[in-house]
Amino acid sequence: MTTREKLTAYWTIVIKEFLRFIRIWPQTLVPPAITTGLYIIIFGGLIGPRIGPMDGFSYMEFIIPGLIMMSIITNAYANVVSSFYLSKYSHSIEEMLVSPLPNSIILAGYVSGGVARGLLVGAVVLIVSLLFSELHVHNLAVGITITLMTAILFSLAGFINAVYANSFDDISIIPTFVLTPLTYLGGIFYSISMLPEFWQNVSKLNPILYMINAFRYAMLGVSDIPLYISYLSITGFIVVLSGYALWLLNGGKGIRS
Amino acid sequence: MSKHALDITQLHKTYRDGFEALKGIDLTVEEGDFFALLGPNGAGKSTTIGIVTSLVRKTSGRVAIFGHDIDTEPSRAKHQLGLVPQEFNFNQFEPVEEILLNQAGYHGISRKAAKPTVEHFLRKLGLWDKRRNEARMLSGGMKRRMMIARAMVHKPRMLILDEPTAGVDIEVRRSMWEFMQEINAAGTTIILTTHYLEEAENLCRNIAIIDKGKIVENTSMKTLLAKLEHELFVLDLRKPIDAPPRIDGMTIAQCDPLTLEICVSRKMSLNEVFRMLDDHGIEVMSLRNKHNRLETLFLDLVGEGASR
Repeated sequence: MTTREKLTAYWTIVIKEFLRFIRIWPQTLVPPAITTGLYIIIFGGLIGPRIGPMDGFSYMEFIIPGLIMMSIITNAYANVVSSFYLSKYSHSIEEMLVSPLPNSIILAGYVSGGVARGLLVGAVVLIVSLLFSELHVHNLAVGITITLMTAILFSLAGFINAVYANSFDDISIIPTFVLTPLTYLGGIFYSISMLPEFWQNVSKLNPILYMINAFRYAMLGVSDIPLYISYLSITGFIVVLSGYALWLLNGGKGIRS
Repeated sequence: MSKHALDITQLHKTYRDGFEALKGIDLTVEEGDFFALLGPNGAGKSTTIGIVTSLVRKTSGRVAIFGHDIDTEPSRAKHQLGLVPQEFNFNQFEPVEEILLNQAGYHGISRKAAKPTVEHFLRKLGLWDKRRNEARMLSGGMKRRMMIARAMVHKPRMLILDEPTAGVDIEVRRSMWEFMQEINAAGTTIILTTHYLEEAENLCRNIAIIDKGKIVENTSMKTLLAKLEHELFVLDLRKPIDAPPRIDGMTIAQCDPLTLEICVSRKMSLNEVFRMLDDHGIEVMSLRNKHNRLETLFLDLVGEGASR
C-alpha cells in the first residue's frame, strides 16, 4: 500500500469508529455528563464547603480536573475495548484482516477512535463543570498534551484487553476491578499529601495518579507529582503498550486461528 | 508474473489441539478460471480458504496469489483477493452503503473514488434501494448479496466464494449464478465452495475435491464427469406396467406402475435405451437423473458411495 492508501485506510477506521460512538450518543456521551454533574453537586457543592480549600482552591475547583481526566480515561478505554471486541465477536474484524491493511494502521485507527471519544467526553464534562465553577487554565499546552497522551494510553490498554477477551465478561472485568479503583485512588478527590507517608508511597505506584496530577497542574498549577515524571511515565507506558499491542496483532492473538 | 491466480504448494495446517486439517495440499488455479473446491464438512475447505485469505495461519507450505507470496508480499497478495465468507461477518448495525465504503477504504480507496463502484455493485445485486438500511434489516439472501458486493468494491482479480448461496431461495440463487458468470466472463477468477453440487457442475470449469485434508481429485469438470461408468435415470411412463422388463446392459427397477429406475452404462447411448424400451412396448414421457452426476462421483471419491 502507498502512504496515501494507508492514510485513506487509517481515516476510514477513524471515521467508522467516530460514527459508531456518535450513533449511540445516549450511551456514550450523556452518562458521563450526568455522572460528573452529580459528583460536582454532591462532592463539590454539598460536601466540599465542609472540607474547606485544598491547595489554595475550593474543593469543587480541586476535584474538577480529576473528574475530567476520569471521564477521558474510562471513555477512551471503553470505546476501544467494546468496539474491537464486538468486531471480533461479529467477525467483522475479518473485513480488515483480509484487506492489505498493515496491523499498525488497524491499531492506530482504533486508538484514534478511543482518543476521539475520550476527548469529546472530556469536553462535555468540562462544559458541565462550567455550570458550577469557573474555568482555570494554568498551562494550556500541558493540558492538551496530557489529555491526549492519557487518552492514547488507555485506548491502547482497552485494545489489549479486547484482544485477550473471549466473552463480554472479559471486557468488563478490568474496568470494574482495576481501572475504577485505580482512578478513584489516583487523587481525584484528595491530595496524596493528606495521606500518611506509607500510603503516599503506595499511591505513587498508581499510574493514574501521575495523569490526574499533571492535568490538575495544567488547570490549577498545583500537583503532588513533578510534571516531568508524569510525562516520562506516560510516554514509557505508551511505548510499552504500543509495542505489546502490535506484537499481539502481528501474532494474530485472538483474531487468527 | 505467474499466470496462476492461485498457487498452493505443500500446505499443512495443524491446529493447537493437534487436529491436522491439511496434510500437504498442492493446488493451482489458472487465471480466469471458474474453479470448484468441494469436500465434505470438516474436509479442509474452509481452512484452505482461511489460509489463502490470511484469516488462518498455516503451519507450513507456500501460497501465492497471482505470483505474490502471502508471507513476503502480503499487501500485494491481499489486494488481488475478494472474499465472500460462509458466515455473515459484518457489523449488523452499520448501513449497507457504509459497509461497502469502509471495505473500499481498507484497500486505500477514498469514499469519493469508491462511490461509483459501490453504486454499480449495489444496483447490480438489487440492493441500491436498501443502501441506507442497517445491515441487520436485510433478508438472508440480501445479506449474502451484500457480502458479494463488498468483496467486489476494490475490483479484485480473484473472488473466493465460500458457500455463497447457502440458504437462499432458487430465484436469488439463479440471479447470483448469473452475476458470478458475468464477473467471471469479465476476467475475475472465481473459486467456489458449495454443497449444491449441481451449482458446481453448472458453473465451474475445473474442480478439486478435498477430503480429510488431502486433495483426492483435481481435474476439469468434463474429465471428472467422463469418469462416470453408470448413470441412474428415473423414467415417467405413459401407461402403467405390471413388472419391469429384462434388458441386457441395463438394471431396471420399478418404483410404481408408472415409474421406472434404470441404471445405464455410459457406453450405451440414450437412443439405444429408448429403442430397447420401445421394443418392450414402454413409452417414456419424461426422464431425469436420479442423482446429480457430480454428486455420484463426489460420494465415490470421498468414500461415502458405499453407504448410499
